[in-house]
Amino acid sequence: MKENKTNKHQAVNAKVEDSRQVEPKDQYLTFFMGDEEFGINILSVQEIRGWEPITEIPNSPRQVLGVMNLRGTVSPIIDLRHCFGITNLSYSDQTVVIIVSVQVKNDKKPKVIGIVVDAVSDVYNFAASEIQVSPELAHTHQAQYVRGLASTTEKMVIILDLTAQLIEDIEPSDLSSRPFLASH
Amino acid sequence: MSVDLSQFHQVFFEESHEGLDVMESALLNMDVSQVDSETINEIFRAAHSIKGGSGTFGFSAIAEFTHVVETLLDLIRSDQFEMQAEHINLFLQSVDCIRTMIQELEQGQACDTRLASELKAKFTEVLEAKTSSSGKQTDSPSISPEGGQPSSQTGNSGRGWHIYFKPSVDILRTGNDPLRMFRELSDLGDINVTALMAGLPALSSLDSEGCFLAWEISLSGDIQKAQIDEVFEWVVDESDIRITPLSDISLKDGEKTETVSVTETGSAAPALIPEEKAVSSKPDQKHAIAATTPVAEQSQKSARKEAKSESASIRVGTDKIDSLINMVGELVITQSMLNELGKNFEVSSIPKLLEGLAQLSLHTRELQENVMRIRMLPISFAFSRFPRLVHDMSQTLNKKVELVLLGEQTELDKTVMERIGDPLVHLVRNSLDHGLELPDKRLAAGKPETGKITLNAFHQGGNIVIQIIDDGAGLNEERILKKAIENGLVSPDEHLDPSQIHDLIFQPGFSTAETVTDISGRGVGMDVVRRNIQELNGTVEVESSPGKGSTFTIRLPLTLAILDGQLIRVGKQVYIFPLVSIVESIESQEKMIHRVSGGCDVLRIRNEYIPIIRLWDVFNIDADHKKVADGLLVIVEGDNIKVAVLVDDLLAQQQVVIKSLQDNYKAVPGVSGATILGDGTVSLILDISGLIKLAGVGKESYRKVSDSGDHQAA
Repeated sequence: MKENKTNKHQAVNAKVEDSRQVEPKDQYLTFFMGDEEFGINILSVQEIRGWEPITEIPNSPRQVLGVMNLRGTVSPIIDLRHCFGITNLSYSDQTVVIIVSVQVKNDKKPKVIGIVVDAVSDVYNFAASEIQVSPELAHTHQAQYVRGLASTTEKMVIILDLTAQLIEDIEPSDLSSRPFLASH
Repeated sequence: MSVDLSQFHQVFFEESHEGLDVMESALLNMDVSQVDSETINEIFRAAHSIKGGSGTFGFSAIAEFTHVVETLLDLIRSDQFEMQAEHINLFLQSVDCIRTMIQELEQGQACDTRLASELKAKFTEVLEAKTSSSGKQTDSPSISPEGGQPSSQTGNSGRGWHIYFKPSVDILRTGNDPLRMFRELSDLGDINVTALMAGLPALSSLDSEGCFLAWEISLSGDIQKAQIDEVFEWVVDESDIRITPLSDISLKDGEKTETVSVTETGSAAPALIPEEKAVSSKPDQKHAIAATTPVAEQSQKSARKEAKSESASIRVGTDKIDSLINMVGELVITQSMLNELGKNFEVSSIPKLLEGLAQLSLHTRELQENVMRIRMLPISFAFSRFPRLVHDMSQTLNKKVELVLLGEQTELDKTVMERIGDPLVHLVRNSLDHGLELPDKRLAAGKPETGKITLNAFHQGGNIVIQIIDDGAGLNEERILKKAIENGLVSPDEHLDPSQIHDLIFQPGFSTAETVTDISGRGVGMDVVRRNIQELNGTVEVESSPGKGSTFTIRLPLTLAILDGQLIRVGKQVYIFPLVSIVESIESQEKMIHRVSGGCDVLRIRNEYIPIIRLWDVFNIDADHKKVADGLLVIVEGDNIKVAVLVDDLLAQQQVVIKSLQDNYKAVPGVSGATILGDGTVSLILDISGLIKLAGVGKESYRKVSDSGDHQAA
């Protein structure tokens, strides 16, 4: 069934491409967190893994679950769902970790981090002009990661632009008092 | 075709530094009364390479200055000039001067040529004194005819030059192409080249790769002689070159020569640097200098004070690379064997699989060891600066010192080497300054007039041990104790044994410079030395016996990439303590634990009070045993503070490879890094000083605690 869906989207995308040849399109990997579909540029994605137990980092921000061994390098794993205010988080075999490389301010070397999402969905092509800025998000802390909204024929995708800011505290003030995440 | 030469600058800088080091150590080893021609040659070669390189890259200030140095060296080399002690100092100053200039270039600054021209004047003075006293022509035929005074001849005629150029037979083999030189000359002015074929052997005996031609070149135009010299710079030593102003020579065009359109083939090699580097492969286990020559100025001291720039490249012996390639080959073989096994796997081939896996792990380990060895350099790199340092300092202090270097071939990780340099310098200066006595005092004490400082390095277990041994007066225990009591480091009624007293000099705020003698001014105490060494996961201790001298012993891990770790468990998490920081581990008992007002629990052990850190509390994690009495206490030391850390269990001891957390995450307080355990999970390596800070066990509170403990004990 999933295959059919993919084919259909590709067909749609191909048509769109035919009509506007001029503008180059980027590919976006989309995934679900809660009920919403989010997309990130596929060039920043290194791999997609299943959930496995990780090593906690003491006193880390709440969204940082810990670190994981990625073929010899130590990478932090961040629950992106937490960053976007989704509660009731579960970790099971179905939980997916997307390994992405994110840009760091004033630093040429990108960081490789893992983001935890509910499920990976699809790959879409969008031109830059097809991504619209969404004004109503501008005042929340998540806004810094949101580049805009893009629509396919049937639904809307929130396009994200992840930065190394993800590993920083969301609310530095509650760092000391918060309970640590239970072990998984 | 133009090549971007700037890409080679870094190589040039590195080679020049090596060359300068060679010059320096050769100069320091030189015995003036008996000048060894091999040593002079060594110095000359190094200087020549620097000159050549700087000329190529257009660093004319260095090239010019080095040329003057080289001129004097050449006279010494050809026995036309007698070396005096003061000349060694002059040369040493020039080494410093060139080094400073190169460093300035490295940092992208313009060269400060003031010192260079000052020294140049001195050289000219020496050279002129020589010429006038002996009255002999200084020019030797083997060197460029510009001879002693390069600057005085350079002016000249707007008419042009006549050049006679007879290269050595081997010129083409060294990658120099006369055709290229002529082209360069033709850029300067109108050129007329005639080939002299008199030296050409019969075709049957002609060596096709040799060069048997000579050339007469007339070059007209307003040209400086220096410009011509530059063209011939690379070949000047091997060739017979005579350059005369055009007016002096009657041109005999077409006499017995024919104009040749020079089309040499097979010689289009690029202008490589032909010099083989004499890298420091000195097998001498011991070289001592008797520092008896007067040193000239102190100005050079400031020149050497510069921060050592950490070079980003590393020279590796080909044998190391070869063994690596070997190993990778074997790894590939093992891998393909396993591959084969996996394709048609049956239960019966399990033993084979196990064997293959064992082989794989063996090869992997060998490969790891060999890769680590790439970063290993002989410690002579760190020791090499000391002959000079001791030489200079002994002059300033009016002490006679013999420096003995032992175990120079002991290998050490490059990063450790770079960071151990400064503590070593400090310790050696300290031994020289405070350890060794003045000559008359030594004689009075029945010791030889010349003091002895020994630097010794050797491997012991997985560590490298560096010792700085002097045969001076030893530590003055009385004064150290007195000072410590004044500073409140110890209480007056406390009884300390000698080793505890010696250890006091590493306490912060206990600068030997201010206390033991009046010579002061470096502003860093031994506590900084200890801290630097501890940052490298090493230790430093001192042994001393009055009147006989003292020995500082530094123990360092061979590499920073691998650490001996003790695995511990708290709840579900496994952490690693660096083994060097662990003092002991004990099962705690209720009666050993005391509660001090302010909420800090202390452990009383052998009359010492040690603050307790609960790891689960500090790290906000779950633990099996939250009460101190139930768990194990690991006593660790960091920043000179001992703390007892409550853990659930002690697991294995193993070597772990340190991985950075900062690469992909950020610094975590109390954690120095991470590693990957055998099962593929990540484990965090604990940073003791960070942990102490995190737990809020300040030095102040600790001191108060130990004070109150003493009163209780008393």
